[in-house]
Amino acid sequence: MELAGPVALVLATALLGLAVSTSLQTYFLDTLVKVSIVVALYVFIGNSGVLSFGHVSFVALGVWVSGVLTVPVGEKPAIMPGLAHFLLHAQVGNVPSLLLAAAAGLVFAFVVGLPLMRLSGLAAGIATFGVLEITNNVLRYYEKIGPGLNAFSSVPQTTGIWQAAIGALICVVLAFAYQRSRFGRMLRATREDPAAASAAGISIYRQRLVAFTLSGGLAGLAGGLYVHMLPIEVDSLSLDLTFITLAMLVVGGSGSLLGAVVGALAVSGLDSFLSAAENGVDVLGWHLDLPTGTALIVVGALMAIVLVLRPSGLSGGRELSLPRRRPRAAPPAAEAAG
Amino acid sequence: MTLAILNISWQTLADALSLGGVYALMAVGIGLVFGVLRLVNFAYGQLVMAGAYALAYSSVWGWPTWAGILLCFGVVLALTLLMDRLVFRPLRTQSPAVMLVATFAVAFLLQSIAVLSFGQLGTIASSIAPLNRPWIIDGVAIRKIAIVSIAVAAVCLALLQLLLTRTSVGLHMRAAAMDFGTARILGVRANRVIGGAVLISGLLAAVVAVMLTVRNPQVTPTFGLDDTIIVLAGVVLGGLNRPIPATLGGFAIGFASGILGGALPTNQSQYLPTFLFAAVILVLLVRPNGLFTRSGGAVERA
Repeated sequence: MELAGPVALVLATALLGLAVSTSLQTYFLDTLVKVSIVVALYVFIGNSGVLSFGHVSFVALGVWVSGVLTVPVGEKPAIMPGLAHFLLHAQVGNVPSLLLAAAAGLVFAFVVGLPLMRLSGLAAGIATFGVLEITNNVLRYYEKIGPGLNAFSSVPQTTGIWQAAIGALICVVLAFAYQRSRFGRMLRATREDPAAASAAGISIYRQRLVAFTLSGGLAGLAGGLYVHMLPIEVDSLSLDLTFITLAMLVVGGSGSLLGAVVGALAVSGLDSFLSAAENGVDVLGWHLDLPTGTALIVVGALMAIVLVLRPSGLSGGRELSLPRRRPRAAPPAAEAAG
Repeated sequence: MTLAILNISWQTLADALSLGGVYALMAVGIGLVFGVLRLVNFAYGQLVMAGAYALAYSSVWGWPTWAGILLCFGVVLALTLLMDRLVFRPLRTQSPAVMLVATFAVAFLLQSIAVLSFGQLGTIASSIAPLNRPWIIDGVAIRKIAIVSIAVAAVCLALLQLLLTRTSVGLHMRAAAMDFGTARILGVRANRVIGGAVLISGLLAAVVAVMLTVRNPQVTPTFGLDDTIIVLAGVVLGGLNRPIPATLGGFAIGFASGILGGALPTNQSQYLPTFLFAAVILVLLVRPNGLFTRSGGAVERA
C-alpha cells in the first residue's frame, strides 16, 4: 500500500506530461529524471542517515557510458575527436545503453564504497565530495574517453515521457523493495541506533555498502535517461545538480520514499516554473518575467526555510498509508539523527 | 634558482606557503565555528565572495584602498552575524548533517543573489592589485602578496592562539569545543561563546577575502567556492574538533595544492583537483579522525 503513493504520483506526472504541449513536455521529462536521481539518493541517504555528496558522480558516469556508446559511429570523430580507438567503433542501442549506464553506476559505487563506507559522518561527506570532484575533473578534461567540455550532442533522444516514467518507476519500485527487504530494515536500524544495531549483529559497513551500491546503480540509470533527454555537458553534472537534488530530498523529507518523490516533484515543479518565468511566461493573464537566477534563489531560500521550520521535510518522514492499517508505533521522532 | 630535485622554483614555494597561510586562516574560521556549534559552514566561501565584491566595487567607485578594506570587513561581518541569527541559531539543536545541508542551501542562495545582482562575468578589483607585483629578493622574484599573506596569517594565528589560551573567552571557547553541555553546566555562557566564535570566523573571512582578491582580482559569483571546498577537505583531514589540527590541515592542503600546481607539467595541471582529492581520500581512509590528532576522539557529538 505504501508503494501506491509514489507510483501514483509518478504516473500522474507522466499523464500530465502527455497532455501538455511539446515545449512544456521538456519540463515534465526533466522532472521525471530528477525523481529517479532523488530516489537513488534516498536509497542511500534516507535509509542510512549518512550524507553523500558523491551521487552526482554516478549520474555523470551513467551519462558518460550511455552517451558515448549511443552517439552514431559516423558522427563520433566530429564530436569527440580525441576518442580512444575501442570507443570509436562501439555502439549499442537505447535499452542496452541504459542497462550499461546502471551497471556502470553500480560497479563504480561498489568500488568507491568498498573503502569509503568505512568512514562516517563528516569524513564520509568530504570523501564522497572528493569522488565527485575527481569524476567531474576527469570527465571534463580527459578527451580520450568523451567530448570533454563539449556537450553530448547527437545522442539519440529516446527519453520521451514513457521512457522517463518507466525509468522513474523502476527506481521507485526497487527503492521500495530494498527498503522492505531484510537489508533495508537492517540499515534503517543502524540509522536509528548504531550501537544497538551493531549489538544485534548487524554490520553497519556491509549494510551501508549494499545501499550505496544499489543507489549508485539507480543514479547511473538516471544518468542514462538524462543524456537521452537532452545534450548535456559533463560540466553541468557537478555542484549545482548535487545541490538541487539534495534540496529536493531535504524539502520532501529524507526519511521516506514518499518524501523523496514529493520533494522531487515539488521542487522540480517550482524550479521549472521559475526557469520558464525567467524567459517570460503568461500566468492567468499576468505577464511574468523574472531575472535570470531567480529560480536558484527561491529554491535555496525554500530549502533553508524548510530546514529551519520543518527539518523532517514536507512528508515528515512518513510513508503514505491508510488509517485503518496502523498497528505500528508512531513514526520515529528523531528522524534527523545522523 | 630552483629546488632542483622537485623542479620547484622559489616562487612556487613562496606561493605554496602563502596559499597555505590563507587556507590556514579559512580553516580556523571554519574550525572555530565547528568547535562550538558542530556546524560545518559550507557558506564560508560566500562570505569571502561578498567581501571580495565589496573590494571590487569600492575599487570601481574609486574609493581609497583602506576604505575598500574597511567596507569589506563591514560587509563580511554584517553577513556573518545575519547568517548566525537567521540560520545557525534556529538550527543549533539539529544534527550536523542537517546543519551542513542548511549551510549548503545558504551558500547557493548567496551565490545566486550574487549572480542576480552583479552578473555572471565578474568585476575586477584593481585598487589592491599593486600588492600582486613582485619584489626582487636576491635575484628571485616573489610576489608581495605571498610574503604579506604569510606574515598576516602568522600574526592572525598567533593572536588567536593568545586569545584561546590566555583569555577567559578563549578558555570558554575551548571548553565549549570539547564538551558543550558540560561547559554550560560549569557556567560558560552559550550565546557569548558562540557569538565570539562566529565573530572571529567572520573577521578571518574578511582577511581571507582581501588576500584572495589580491591573488585573483577577478571577482565572480563563484569566488572562494573552490577554495572553501579544498579547505573543508583540509580541515576534516587535519581533524575538525581541535583548532590546531584543523589549522594545520588547512595549511597542509594549501601548501600541497600550491606545490602540486607548480610541480605538475602544464599539460596535466588541469588534473590538479583529481590528485588533490585522491590524496585527501587516501588520508581519510588511513586516519579518519584526522591527520594531526591523537587516535581516538569522536569527530561528531552523538
